[in-house]
Amino acid sequence: YLSNTSTLSTKMAKSFPEEVLEHVFSFITSDSDRNAVSLVCKSWYEIERWCRKRVFVGNCYAVSPRILTRRFPEVRSVEIKGKPHFADFNLVPEGWGGCVYPWISAMAGAYPWLEEIRLKRMVVSDEALELISTSFCNFKVLVLSSCEGFSTDGLASIAANCRELRVLDLRESEVDDLSGHWLSHFPDTWTSLVSLNIACLGSEVSFSALERLVARSPNLRTLRLNRAVSLEKLHNLLCRAPQLVEFGTGAYSSELRPDVFSNLAGAFSGCKQLKGLSGFWDVVPAYLPAIYLTCSGLTSLNLSYATIQSPDLVKLVSQCHNLQRLWVLDYIEDIGLDALAASCKHLQELRVFPSDPYVVDPNVSLTERGLVAVSEGCPKLQSVLYFCRQMSNAALVAIARNRPNLVCFRLCIIEPRAPDYLTLEPLDAGFGAIVEHCKELRRLSLSGLLTDRVFEYIGTRGRKLEMLSIAFAGESDLGLHHVLSGCESLRKLEIRDCPFGDKALLANAAKLETMRSLWMSSCSVSFGACKLLGQKLPRLNVEVIDERGSPDSRPESCPVEKLYIYRTVAGPRVDMPPFVWTIDEDAALRV
Amino acid sequence: MESIVDREDGLNLKATELRLGLPGREESEKETMASFKNNKRASPESAVADGSKGDFDAGDGDRETAPVAKAQVVGWPPIRSYRKNNFQPKKAEGEAGMYVKVSMDGAPYLRKIDLKVYQCYPELLKALENMFKLTIGVYSEREGYKGSEYAPTYEDKDGDWMLVGDVPWEMFMSSCKRLRIMKGSEARGLGCGV
Repeated sequence: YLSNTSTLSTKMAKSFPEEVLEHVFSFITSDSDRNAVSLVCKSWYEIERWCRKRVFVGNCYAVSPRILTRRFPEVRSVEIKGKPHFADFNLVPEGWGGCVYPWISAMAGAYPWLEEIRLKRMVVSDEALELISTSFCNFKVLVLSSCEGFSTDGLASIAANCRELRVLDLRESEVDDLSGHWLSHFPDTWTSLVSLNIACLGSEVSFSALERLVARSPNLRTLRLNRAVSLEKLHNLLCRAPQLVEFGTGAYSSELRPDVFSNLAGAFSGCKQLKGLSGFWDVVPAYLPAIYLTCSGLTSLNLSYATIQSPDLVKLVSQCHNLQRLWVLDYIEDIGLDALAASCKHLQELRVFPSDPYVVDPNVSLTERGLVAVSEGCPKLQSVLYFCRQMSNAALVAIARNRPNLVCFRLCIIEPRAPDYLTLEPLDAGFGAIVEHCKELRRLSLSGLLTDRVFEYIGTRGRKLEMLSIAFAGESDLGLHHVLSGCESLRKLEIRDCPFGDKALLANAAKLETMRSLWMSSCSVSFGACKLLGQKLPRLNVEVIDERGSPDSRPESCPVEKLYIYRTVAGPRVDMPPFVWTIDEDAALRV
Repeated sequence: MESIVDREDGLNLKATELRLGLPGREESEKETMASFKNNKRASPESAVADGSKGDFDAGDGDRETAPVAKAQVVGWPPIRSYRKNNFQPKKAEGEAGMYVKVSMDGAPYLRKIDLKVYQCYPELLKALENMFKLTIGVYSEREGYKGSEYAPTYEDKDGDWMLVGDVPWEMFMSSCKRLRIMKGSEARGLGCGV
């Protein structure tokens, strides 16, 4: 009987008509569930691949456009990520890669009905944007997150050609801003806009074009303006879009004029659905009360460009009793975080950015105490990004005990290798407490003075940790070994300026195939070790990034500048610039 | 490898050698590797002893001799460049603002307004009315600001005092150097078209 179960299950699988299975699969939306479904048997693999509508590619070099389009012929929505995370901090040299054009080109042929493209850290050219605008007649959603390589000319193509466009979101991309004229390319007949985010653009778009656009877009839910849109004009837009849910202002400053203020306050109070606010460049505090009436409904507030002081910030956040997400500058200070802890009991995510990161002395009174207060007062807090200048083990232990529900904890003590400021000890115990108490922790960024011991804690206790960022930490290979031999769920590891070398990497080589990627820069990994890894593990791309010239011109024991290792089914890249080398199976250096 | 290179030609190649961590911290780096407790840099006392803060207090406006901002390590602290760029003031071209002084007869101090904020005379006049809590009224070519005891005037490029509203707005914008709200008989005098 047991030997018959496999034939039985195959028969059962085949006995359901495909349409039934397809219908069942349509309720399965998560990528990992879909992947699991496709592994059950060959017929399920086939049925699943024909009905998968949405694909996520976490590393554009892990798979090729051809493999994607061949396996999934009916895709409507694609999300692709390019450069490694440390590219955000200029650690990946210009020209490294992540170009989206080959993907667009392949999809233009394979997916004429494609509706959504979401890209992160990719190089997007104007040609790519033009190709998107002319290849997909039903194109609806374009999200370019931290992308670069395109200009407002590319945006003009999108505006002119995408008749069904609903979302154009340029979040934090670097755009070659030639002029604001591109916005006027949206035809007057186009009324389907739901979300527009142009906050990253520098130059002024035609305000009357913007006004007309807003006026003819009854479904507009998200509007994030750029800095160039002046405060006095905001009420014109808000009055035409009282249904807005998310709004980003431009420069929030103007001469103090009662008529401007009352227009603005009136317009804001007319937006009864408003849940999120952002923008607030160049804030004049006297205009902040204009948003007070919206505060009780706000769940998300991004004040990370608002150069206002703590008293004004306190007045504002104290009214936001439903706030779930706050991004703010360290001008909020400990005193403001106390107020936040007292007023915002639904807070889930806090990000505190440094107002003056390159100055040695603290310019504001923001210390570890503020974060401890929020961890005490906000029971739902699960995600933290905190820049500060001093930290103690005691504070970290308190935070860990207060908030075992933390999922993401990123602490940046501005001075590298800063010890516990009270005891001068390393911060091993503090971070150890974080990983011990916060059993659901998925993302962790370390800073301060750390020995190999903290990695032992992380390796053994960080069971659900998926992403770990390390800088200026550790003493020896043992540190890296602890992480690679533990951390069962680790997917992304990024390391800079740590004394980690060959031994740990080679001893745990197999681990690398279970992860999406490993980044190491300014560490002690030798070229010889890279060759060994590339040779032993053909399903990894071992990329040596070195701007000093070919690694062959130096002894094998010489450490490489930067190392990026990722698993792939696409083989070595074909688009490497001169400063990137991968290692062949025969340990030959491939340029 | 580094020591071989050093010996060879006696140049200070230390300055350009590959190293971990921050530049200019050779001593404390080596100590960090060996024994973290001796990390000079981290302890506040030794930072002062290094002389890196100079011998005047931090509140002093003169920062030129004290390295208040340290040598920057690439990508540290980990802040994205768009966020750094956004701290810059707005682009200079066309955004400089056009501030002129505004005096009012009888008022103890002057005010300043940015003319670029306004598109036309009525907006400017309304702002002045709000700022000084008075009524200026409506301009007419023949009678000036009749019905009000105030008259807004401005000094132009030639140094002459003119009634606000006489010339087209653009010409006013390019020639106005300062504003003065006249009161009483002087104001009435202007209004009679002298």
